[in-house]
This record gives sequence, structure tokens and C-alpha cells, in this order.
Amino acid sequence: MDQFFQTALSWLLPGISVGGQYALIALGYTMVYGILRLINFAHGDIFTVAGFVMFYAITAMPLGAAVLFTIAVTVLLGFLVERLAYKPLRSAPRMSVMISAIGVSYLLQNLMWYITGGQPQQYPSLPWISDWINVGGIETKRVTVITPILTIVLIVLLLLLVKKTRVGLAMRAASRDFETARLMGIKINTVISVTFIIGSFLAAVGSFLFFSNYATVSPTVGTMPGLKAFIAAVFGGIGSIPGAVVGGFIIGICENIIRGAGYSTFSDAFTFALLILVLCVKPTGLFGEKLEEKV
Amino acid sequence: MMKQQSNKRTIVLGLILIAVMALLSVAAEALAGSVSGLSMLLVVLKKGTVYALLAVSMNLLNGFTGLFSLGQAGFMLLGAYTYAILAIPVAKRAGVFQYYDGGVVQFSIPEIFSGFLGDVVGSVIGMLLTLVLCGLLAALLGWLIGLPSLRLKSDYLAIATLGFAEILRTFIQFEGSAPLTNGSNTLRQYTTFQHLYPYVIIVGVCILLIVLLVNSTYGRAFKAIRDDEIAAEAMGINLARHKMLSFVISSFFAGVGGGLMAMYMSSVQAKGFTSAMTYEILLMVVIGGIGSISGSVIASFLFIGCSEWWLRFLDDSSNNIGSFQLLAPGFRMVVFSVFIMVIVLFFRRGLLGDRELPDLARRMKKSFRKEGKHK
Amino acid sequence: MKKLLALALAAVMVLGLAACGEKTPSGGSSGDKVIKIGVYEPSSGANGAGGKKEVLGIEYANSVVPTVTIGGEEYKVELVEVDNQSENDKGVSAAQQLVSAGVSIVLGSYGSGVSMAAAPVFEEAKIPAIGCSCTNPGVTLGNPYYFRVCYLDPFQGSVLANLAKDEFDAKVAYVLTELGDDYSVGLGEYFTQECKRLGIQVVADQNPAGNTDMSGFITAAKNANADVIFAPTSTTVASLLIDQAASAGIPIIAGDTWDDAVILQAATKSGADVYFSTFYDAGASEMAAEFMSGFQGWLNANSDKLNNNGGTDTVSAVSALGYDAYMVAIEAIKAADTTDSDAIATALAGVSYTGVTGDVVFDDEGDVDKNIIFIKGVDTEKGEFYSVKEQGLNK
Repeated sequence: MDQFFQTALSWLLPGISVGGQYALIALGYTMVYGILRLINFAHGDIFTVAGFVMFYAITAMPLGAAVLFTIAVTVLLGFLVERLAYKPLRSAPRMSVMISAIGVSYLLQNLMWYITGGQPQQYPSLPWISDWINVGGIETKRVTVITPILTIVLIVLLLLLVKKTRVGLAMRAASRDFETARLMGIKINTVISVTFIIGSFLAAVGSFLFFSNYATVSPTVGTMPGLKAFIAAVFGGIGSIPGAVVGGFIIGICENIIRGAGYSTFSDAFTFALLILVLCVKPTGLFGEKLEEKV
Repeated sequence: MMKQQSNKRTIVLGLILIAVMALLSVAAEALAGSVSGLSMLLVVLKKGTVYALLAVSMNLLNGFTGLFSLGQAGFMLLGAYTYAILAIPVAKRAGVFQYYDGGVVQFSIPEIFSGFLGDVVGSVIGMLLTLVLCGLLAALLGWLIGLPSLRLKSDYLAIATLGFAEILRTFIQFEGSAPLTNGSNTLRQYTTFQHLYPYVIIVGVCILLIVLLVNSTYGRAFKAIRDDEIAAEAMGINLARHKMLSFVISSFFAGVGGGLMAMYMSSVQAKGFTSAMTYEILLMVVIGGIGSISGSVIASFLFIGCSEWWLRFLDDSSNNIGSFQLLAPGFRMVVFSVFIMVIVLFFRRGLLGDRELPDLARRMKKSFRKEGKHK
Repeated sequence: MKKLLALALAAVMVLGLAACGEKTPSGGSSGDKVIKIGVYEPSSGANGAGGKKEVLGIEYANSVVPTVTIGGEEYKVELVEVDNQSENDKGVSAAQQLVSAGVSIVLGSYGSGVSMAAAPVFEEAKIPAIGCSCTNPGVTLGNPYYFRVCYLDPFQGSVLANLAKDEFDAKVAYVLTELGDDYSVGLGEYFTQECKRLGIQVVADQNPAGNTDMSGFITAAKNANADVIFAPTSTTVASLLIDQAASAGIPIIAGDTWDDAVILQAATKSGADVYFSTFYDAGASEMAAEFMSGFQGWLNANSDKLNNNGGTDTVSAVSALGYDAYMVAIEAIKAADTTDSDAIATALAGVSYTGVTGDVVFDDEGDVDKNIIFIKGVDTEKGEFYSVKEQGLNK
């Protein structure tokens, strides 16, 4: 029994940890989708950029400054991407915006490749959260335990922001009905910028946690976590904040159970299969509201 | 009556065009072989030709039917693997399937045909048949994927098809299917076309078929669906049937394109067929103009030419002028992707919009005439 | 709008022509006679770090022997370097570029997959290629133009299985390979085959490309009561794995790719117990020792080169192989006495050369017969590699 508990824990712990990281990235997707109906394909790359910025920043400044600097750069990047690549296409068909998102992703990857020479880099090991600790007989990094806690704290803060503040109200209005919100005098561009800034901030936090555990940054490393986070968002019901979190945790845990069972080859495929199943059976996801398709 | 005549004209014109292109490609090959420094030309033309078919097949779906699918890499993967598995000569199988005792497939279609039709004729017929088989299998897969996913709306369809492509890749790499697919290991040493002209002819014929389809009643139904689904349905177009038809046909040509791609690369590995490949083809379609076949063809050659050849000097740090080290490996792709973003943002209609090259020529003539009058 | 488009199109064309125009004069019109040797290596992607080190070995060899005499005339040896980006499809274009540049012989690549992908291109162009560290049998098999100076995976895998038996008295081995990597999967397979012969039980899994979470594998290894982990992976995956395996306290064995400063850093940091096979040991011969001091002096004289070596002057085995491959190529050119690539290929088959990694004599497939492998380990306290032993096969 003890043995069984240990084994289960050794799979669950990394699952919960990686799930929390997916959740943080997924929030960026779900909030943007909620308002713009856009799959922001570049979000995973913004997450990767955060990893690289941290890698370079830590060589030039103390830890605290490096963390703040990384967050600042990531947020600025998210803001600029929206302003330069999505805003000019506000009235264009949805397909054009999505293509623009793919283009941005392509550009960011190539840019990172150019700057870093295409070589994977060792992420600096951050003090304290990279220390090894013992949880119920399992050796793991402290970040494994910190991630779910931090994720939940951030999400509570985010929910408070969305439910209790004026910006949050504007965001909810915009995601309910874009045009009407605009007519009601909501500065829609500001709301969208705020959404991107929050999403990028969470991606930056996610990158600290993610790369502390899996210490290599390469230009394409964000693609898979990005896609999985998007699936987590769809699974939980796109546009729903608690949905994205639950989706992230479920996908993270399932993946690790599959790996533990010796079917690593299928861990990615499983995630996509889950997505397709959800789309076919309940397209609105676990917590999603039914969206009226406008004619 | 009119319709039939114009179809006949398209076919005749198309065949003449293909013949001219084939002759030109023979000339280009001779040129590339004799002038040093030009052998990249052949690479660009070969790869560009293969990508032209892939871009056109994607355009049929995304541009003409308005179905935003990102599953192209999956169909190509199936096509490439089908071709590679069926065309490895029996004697070489033990070497390729080195961990799986030569694999379970113990025949090679080009070899079977060369057995009773002679070496050259037989293997060419065998290779062509294998390519058709690649297309048919991809079409079958398209039908299976289409059943659940074509009900989904725009971006959900995109992400679902992308998911299917990833799942397929996993199954091909799976150890359990390794005796058939060689698992995650490279497939190589299969029979390929050495020269450029067979590629040009095959791709030319495929694109001609797509042009005929687009100009038929089916093509008009596809466009109606793209422009307004509800209006199209009201006019009596069977949405599900036409969407499926477009999806299956596009998959067929993507499969053939995948087979040709396997030939061009002369070794295939599932690992390379990622969503990044789909994105590249999508960008070609966008550059050429969504809904323009000739646009896609031109864009494929420009895209491959830029990324493989013309912009290479940007990667060479010895070309730097002064102390500022701007040119370095990778800079080429940065310039290239900025170029693409400019097109996506400011020339959203791409090179040709939804027009074709002949339309454009006609319009140009007209506008020249107009300008003449003004003077 | 349309005119703008036409303009843009024209601009692209002009740019293209300009680029072509620019390329031709760089072909070497300096007056000297030049023979070109192609260097087909990754300098980016998963194998970028290793590829750069192999190139360094080749460049060092070029600085030692910069000219070759053909037909009584002295030819300058020019290295044409291309980056295959560690990916098979990119490799094909890179190989075409070498053919297009008119090289007489090619060296490389680090990584068996890219070498196999490029093999048909070189074969078609009748240009011989010498693999430096690509150990998969498929590279040279059935290709008369591909040769190599290192030992093969069947041998390496068997030797490592014997190491597991001799050194660790292993009953159970956990084998982790990289999905989609010919080198990794192949070596894992041969290791497993030999384990079966030696009576070691094998539990195996594969790491999908792009996955960075290794904790699940370590847990699985622990649950299987593995005595050793065998992980023939790229250095990128290796550093992740070492980091997370250290806590489990299971020794890790790996193949030749782990002879790399990256491994040293990762293992020293985490205190993991790491052993690997390698091609080169400075203490093995006088020549090897000479190579080490010469190479280190050359590296330390140029900060760019030192950076490409990962910032240290630790000598990687792949640099030694790169050096040997270059020297073998020079021998072949001398023997052929021409710049014609096809003639060089013929001459190459008969070359016999004693290099820093051992004797090079090619068999019918173009492989060399080496029967001993150096095993090294990481001294985590001093932060350096040390020689463990020379391992052969248990008959």
C-alpha cells in the first residue's frame, strides 16, 4: 500500500506541477480568445522569449532585477504584438488574424534562433525554488510544490480583478458582445491591451516555474506547452478562467500518468485526442458558456 | 455547350503549358549541370514544384471552400510514408528496417512492375501507381477525419485537424507499428525520379485537375460555401457533402504531394512532419493570394527560392560590411519572416488576391488601353 | 496597389539576382590553386553544440596542414562549411549547397540521421564523404561514397552492456532513447540485444521530441528497481536527465555524445554518477597527447573558437575525430593526386592512416575496425572527466 502511494505520488506531483504551468499559459489563450475569438498562436513563443530573456538577464543583473526585467520585457512584447500584428486587422476576417498570429509565431521563432545562434541554452537555476526537497518520500524540486500554490493564488487575484474592478467589468462586457461594448463607450483597445498584458505576465511567471524544472531553453521549446495549454483552455471551456485552470491540471496529470505507465510516445497524442473528443461531444468545454454564432 | 468548350480549351491549354514547362525544366537541368554555382537552381525548382502542389491543394480547402484546416502535414506524412514503404527495393529492406528484420512489407511496387514491363517503363508505371495509392490512402484518412471534425467551426476545425496530424505522427512512430513503418527511424533508399521533368509533369497534371474542378459546378458550390454558408445552403447546396468532397480531394493531392516530397528528400522521417511544415505551406498560400491557384504556384517558387537560395547571403557573416555584425546564421529567416508579416498585414490579398494570372493579364491590357485614352 | 505588388515582385527578383551575382566571385579568384573540402555539420539545433566541436577539430587540422600537393603543384585547402541544423530535411539542402560549391570531399556529420539523409545527395554527385562521429551502421551501408573514422553502434552498444555487467553487476537496466533519433534508437537497440545475451533484464521507454519532463522516466526507472540507466541521448536531453536523475542515485551510462563539457557542468552541479563511452583518450598514445596540447593552445589563442568549444579548453572526442577525418581526407587527396571527387573516393578506400583516435583502415563498407572503447566518468568533486577503463567484449 505504501509502495503504491509512493508510486502514485511520484507521478501525481510532476503532473500537478506541469499542470499548473499549463494553466498559467492557458489563461493567456482563454482571455484573448474570450474577447477577440482569436487563437493567439504566438503565445507559446512569448513564453519562450521570457525564458531567453531571463537567461540573458541573469548574467547582467541580480536575481530580483532579472525577474522584474524579464516580466517587463515579456509584457511589453505581448503588448507590441497585439498593437502591431492584430490591431490593424480588427475588421478583417478571423482567418486573416489567425494567419497573422501564425506569422508572428514564425517571426519570433526565427528571431530567437538568430539571436541565440539556434543552440539550446541552459536555464539558470534560480535559488530556493530549484532546491531539492523531500515530499512524502519523493525527491523533487521545491518548484514542484510551489507551482500549484502560486497558480491558485494568481488565479484568485485574476478572478478578483475580473469580477471586482472596472477594467474587469469592461473585459467581461467585451467578451460578451464586442460591438455593443464599444457602443457603450468602453475603450475596447485599452481593454484588449490589458488582456494581452495580463496574459503575457502570466506567461512570464509560467516560464520561471517551467524552466526551473526543465532547464533547457531553445527557440521552439514553447510550441508544445503552448498547444497543450490551448487545449487545456478549450477543454475547460474557452473564455472561462476556472475552466482553463482545471483543464491545465487535468492534462498535466493525465500526461504524467500515461508516461508512468510506459506509453510516453502517446502522451502528446492523448492530449490531442482529448481535445477532439471534447470538441465533438461538448464543444463548449467543461465550464464554457454557449456562444451564439452571429450570422 | 459553352461550358464544354471552355473546359476543352482549358485542358488543351493546360496540357500545352505542361509540355512547355517540361521542356523548360529539361533545359534548366542542363543549364544547372553545366554552369557552376547554378546547381541550387535545380533544388529550388524541384522543391518549389512539389510545394506548388501542396500549396494548391491547401488553397482548394482554405481558399476555395473556406475551411480553415491545419492538417496538411498529416496527409503529407501519410503520403510520404506510403510511398517510401512501398517503393524500397526488396534487397535493401534488411538494411533500412535494420532493427525489424526487414519489416513486414516484402515487396516493392516499382519492382513488381519492372518485372514484367521492363526496367524503365515498369518502374515508372509502378512509381506512378504508388503515388496514386498515396493519394487514395490520404483521401481515405481525410474522409475519416472529416466525419467528426467538419462539423466544427473555423478555428476549432483548425486546431482539431492539427491535432489529428499530431496523432497520426505518434502512431507512425509507435514501436508497435515499427515492422510496417520502421518506427521513428528514417526510411530511405527507395526508388525516386532523378530528373526534374517528371515532377513538373505530375504536379502539372494534378494542378490541371484541380483547376478543372474549381471551374466546375462543384467548384462554384465550394465558393458559395466560402462566401456565405447559410446562403449556400438556402440555394440548395448540400453543405456536409460538398465540404467533405473538398476535404477529401484536398487530402488526396496532399497525399500525392507528400509522396513527391519523399522522392525529393530521398529519405523521410516522421519527426520532420510537424505543424511548422503546415504553417509554411499556409504562408505560401497567403503570399500567393487565398483563392488563387496561379498565385499559390508563384508563391511556392518565390518562398522556396528566397528561403533556400537568394537570401542565403544574409546568413554569411563574411558579407558583413564594417564592424557591425548584423549578418549571421539565421538572419536570412528573420528578414524572410518580416517580409511575410508585411504581406500578411499590408497586402492581405497576397500577390494575386483571388484572381488568376490570365485574368490579371487581361485586366492589365484593359488598364493600359484606358491610360492611353487619357493621354 | 497592383503596381506596388508588381514592384515588390520585381524587387525580389532583383535581390535574387544580386545575391547570385554576389556569390560567384567568392569562389576563390585569389590566384592560388584551391581544393575545397566541404564541412557538413550542425551548428544549430539539438546537436549544434557537438557539431561546432567537430568543426573545431577540422579547422584545427586545417591550420596544421593548410595545403596539399597535387600533381607537383601546391593547392590551398579551403573549408566550405554549411549548417545542417540537426534536421534531416534541412540537411538535404545543406548537402546540395556543398555540391553546388564544387567541393571535392565532404567531412561530417555529427549525428547519424542527418548523415543518412544527405548520403544519397553525395552519392549522386559522386563526392566521397567521411563521417566523423556518426555511429549508426546505416550511414555507410550500401553507399560506396560514405566512409567513417569512428566505431559502430552494434559494437558500442554491446560494449556498454558489458560495462553495465562488469562494473555495476546490473540485473535490471532502464533504457531511455529519443524518439525519432536514429543514433539514439539504434544504440539503445544494440545495447538491449547484448543485455539479453548477458542475462540483464531491460525496461525501455522513448522520449518524444520536444518533451522536457524527465521526472516520469526517472520514477519509472526507480520503480523497475533498475541498477543502471542507459540513456544514449543528445546533450540537450542529457542535461535535463542528469539534473533529475541525480536525486534517484542510479548511475547513468551513455554513448559517445556525452563526452562534452555540457555533461560535465550538469553532472558536477547535481552530483550525478555518470559514465560514457568515447573515441579518444589523451593518455592512449603519444600522438593523442600531442593533439591535446596543440589543440588546446590553438583554442586558447582565439576567444571565438574557445566560445564554440563551450567556453572551456576541455578536448571533446568529436574534435579528435574531426581532426582524424580531415587528415584521412588529405591522405586520400594525395593518393588520388587530383581534385576529382570520384577519383578521391576510389583512393580513399585504400588509405591507411594512424590517427589520434587509433588506426584508420577502411573495410568493404567504408567502416574502420576498432576493437576497444575508452570509458570515462565524471569526477563531480573536481569537476572533470577521468578515464575509467578500456572496455572490450566478454566473449
